[in-house]
Amino acid sequence: MEILNLLLDGFAIAFEPLNLVVIVLGCAVGLFVGAMPGLGSVNGVAIMLPMTFLVPPTSAIIFLAALYYGAMYGGAISSIMLGIPGASTAVATVFDGRPLAMKGMADKALVAAATASFVGGTISVVLFTLFAPPLAEVALRFGSPEIFALMIMAFATFIGLGGDDIAKTIFSICIGLVMSAVGLDIISGQPRLIFLDLPGFFHGINFLVLAIGIYGIGEILWTLETTKGEVTMSKATVSFRRVIVALKDLRHNVKTMVMGSFLGYFVGILPAAGATPGSLMAYGMAKMIAKEPETYGKGNIDGVVAPEAANNAASTGAMLPMLTLGIPGSPTTAILLGGMVIWGLEPGPLLFVEHKDFVWGLIASLYAANVFALLINLAFIPLFLWVLKMPFTILAPIIFVLCVVGGYAPTQSLHDVWLMLIFGVVGYLMRKLDYPMAPAVLAIVLGPLAEPAMRQSLIISNGSFAIFFTRTIDGVPVSGMIMGIAIALFLLPVVKTLRRKSRPAS
Amino acid sequence: MNILGRTALLGLGAGLMLGLGAAAVSHDAAAQGWEPKKPVEFIIMAGIGGGADKMARLMQTIIAKNKLSSKPFTPINKPGGSGAESLVYLKEKTGDNHVIMVTLNSFYTTPLRQPDLGIDIMTFTPIGRMAEDTFLLWVHADSTIMNVNDFVKAVKAKGSDWVMAGTGKGQEDQLLTSFLNSGYGLDMKYVPYKGGGRVAKELAGKNADSTVNNPSEQLGFWEAGKTRPLAAFTAQRLEVFKDVPTFRELGKDYVYYMQRSVVGAPGMSKEAEAFYRGVFARVYATDEWQAYMAKKSLLGGFLTGAALKRYWTGERAVHETILRDIGEIK
Amino acid sequence: MRPAELIMAVVMAFFSLYLMWKSAELPIGWIPQEGPGGGAFPFWLAAGMLASCGVVIARWFMRASDASRSEEPYMDGPSFRMFLLSAGSLTVMIGLIHIIGVYGAVPLFLIFYMRYMGRHSWITTGAVAGITPVVTFLFFDIALNITLPKGLSVIEEQIFYPLYDILL
Repeated sequence: MEILNLLLDGFAIAFEPLNLVVIVLGCAVGLFVGAMPGLGSVNGVAIMLPMTFLVPPTSAIIFLAALYYGAMYGGAISSIMLGIPGASTAVATVFDGRPLAMKGMADKALVAAATASFVGGTISVVLFTLFAPPLAEVALRFGSPEIFALMIMAFATFIGLGGDDIAKTIFSICIGLVMSAVGLDIISGQPRLIFLDLPGFFHGINFLVLAIGIYGIGEILWTLETTKGEVTMSKATVSFRRVIVALKDLRHNVKTMVMGSFLGYFVGILPAAGATPGSLMAYGMAKMIAKEPETYGKGNIDGVVAPEAANNAASTGAMLPMLTLGIPGSPTTAILLGGMVIWGLEPGPLLFVEHKDFVWGLIASLYAANVFALLINLAFIPLFLWVLKMPFTILAPIIFVLCVVGGYAPTQSLHDVWLMLIFGVVGYLMRKLDYPMAPAVLAIVLGPLAEPAMRQSLIISNGSFAIFFTRTIDGVPVSGMIMGIAIALFLLPVVKTLRRKSRPAS
Repeated sequence: MNILGRTALLGLGAGLMLGLGAAAVSHDAAAQGWEPKKPVEFIIMAGIGGGADKMARLMQTIIAKNKLSSKPFTPINKPGGSGAESLVYLKEKTGDNHVIMVTLNSFYTTPLRQPDLGIDIMTFTPIGRMAEDTFLLWVHADSTIMNVNDFVKAVKAKGSDWVMAGTGKGQEDQLLTSFLNSGYGLDMKYVPYKGGGRVAKELAGKNADSTVNNPSEQLGFWEAGKTRPLAAFTAQRLEVFKDVPTFRELGKDYVYYMQRSVVGAPGMSKEAEAFYRGVFARVYATDEWQAYMAKKSLLGGFLTGAALKRYWTGERAVHETILRDIGEIK
Repeated sequence: MRPAELIMAVVMAFFSLYLMWKSAELPIGWIPQEGPGGGAFPFWLAAGMLASCGVVIARWFMRASDASRSEEPYMDGPSFRMFLLSAGSLTVMIGLIHIIGVYGAVPLFLIFYMRYMGRHSWITTGAVAGITPVVTFLFFDIALNITLPKGLSVIEEQIFYPLYDILL
């Protein structure tokens, strides 16, 4: 087993004292950055990039990779505790994490998130170790038609996410997609939907602006109204025993964890997809295969486990095309790539041959980072819960401030802060009338991936939609197969409803 | 505070920050003359992770490492509208001594294509041209196309089904494609993708038939034997691609570069301008920058002041002609 | 609830029309050999929004949706007051950021909210309003190198330039 030997060498590198220190430091920094609304791994890695010159390149990249991992763990924390996605990858964690926290089960949700992240990270690192080169080849061959088919599948997994009012669900999806079209139309190279000619719309509507608006500001307004401002948010306590019990209870969620990990990993390795669609799809899929899908969104542990396993798995997955192809699967890996280039490491198929120690040191560090991130995360849970015990009239304004600062940080533009306020207030007013908000958030993530993929495919096919079914990669109709699954998923709820209706009749 | 201090700070969490706050202030930057009073906004005219972004972050790293400035340079990406957003932002910051920007060729094309923006690039403060990026024509290594003659034959056989992948419409890649289409009487189909890295991948994955990538974008695939350069859009052969002819040698005078320049907000004070020129002249001279240029086949010497403005005038005229030829402007 | 349901649907219908009109700045039709034009995607989705609004309005007349049957008020007095105070103070804070910057607007907002809405003691209020900006400054401006808005330049020159000299 050559791979095993290489991996052992890698561990020797990962456990060098300096590298251990940078792993722990990276995880801790990542946890804080990830837990801050608006800031995710991409900001953390970008900001820390210049420090890569202080240590040898291998340690530097290990530090950034550990930070990346830590931020993935950290994103779940603000999703669960504050109901604001700490990063775009953690948005699906809000759907069930927040209700759990409201029920006083924040500790359980946090433990579940950390554990699921750990499982997702581990499974994906194993997959990475075993199948890196062939998977890289698959990822390389994926073109626009396949990506479009995949996005359709992502929408299909979310068909059940909306409320009971179908018209309002469709409205929510459509408005999300229209908002995602704001900015530049890359196919025609022209600015599009520049409202009031404000230059702030040139960069489009950042997904986080919508998510923080709806889940941050909108959610607090909602809580203030339903409780008349007299609540503490959650009565959770934490003790060693409770953590152990929570860990034991997680055995019921193993299936979801594994499903989320595999799904997240495979979506993550596809260039241009990345961890956010991966985690959203995992959530939708978990709900779809669940026996009691109606418990989702009301505090189902599986609803936390699936996206958290998936986003960590996807973040490892996204490293694969970066290392083997030099193609970043996510913005964060794009920055990591920049870091490698600064150090004269040329990513690409030859990296695995020419810089074995670097590649396997990095992979081994990912294992180590996983363990440390889990431990650091668990250790901080009491602190997080203490924050939740603050009176709401202190917590609410602090969350508002975090929203404002978090809305500003990614683009450093006050335009986005105003937009976030508008989304928050309008989202809240609409939510009172049963307009579901999650489909809009999903749509604004997937829209910018789906639309260009569709139009690129159509240009290639001279405008024929048949390309999505007839195109083959080495004789395999990958796109058609994904489309088939997507159509089946779309039909599934219909079949279910029909069956439910026919049963009492017979 | 240095970067290590910054990292430690984060790691220790917010509570301990104050204690470390007073850590040593050390810089041996140009002690005389103007110096930034606050962090310098380093606007990047392109998205996070793209070619311009990587280069800007490399410059930032070099500045921090060599302590060329007493205050940090903070990169901010404003990619909106092919750079329109950052151009407008810089214009709004007229007279500000703490805003500079990394530009590429959208510096010429975006104001030409969107005259409503009211941008006159000649008002911007010329700080330094750091490099000129080069372009080559690439095909997949599995194809039987070995030279430009084969290429022309193959494209003609496929007609408009030949897929040329490139970056957004009206940007560099499309300009080069239109050179080829008109010069060789071809009818290639142009498919725009987001970013040069993605374009390179589409070729390596056989989802496109050819591209006109920068060397930095195709280098990994080329070294792995997945793609093949046919000819360079440069005046002389490139050091890294010695066997690859230039279009000029092949009888077509297609020379086209992508500028990598740093500009300041309009109306910046003379002292500030001098400071930034000094910083970037020193960045240009560092071993790191020179090594990067050699590795990525970047050309071009350091230009600044009036010479840089003359360069802009020439390049803008070139782009105006090309854009008019392909019908992007009237 | 009932009047609000109709008003929202009508407002959103008009918003959809605006989006359709705005999308039509780019070609919305089918370009031969190329597929949909640049405006088609948002145009037809905005049309989808309009159609959804139409259904919501139709269901309102048929009293088919929950919100259109509900006789409860959309917002009662105390809720409305709470909403107005929260959203209003937030708006004022963001507006003030343009003038006095994050580090001026945030403490004012915190003091207003905690003292006036939460009736906390001056000690608690002062502690939170004092510590939050300091921690934010150290985290964002110093550690992460993300410069938050400082408002008018005179504030930055007078207060922050010396701080930068010490901390950066």
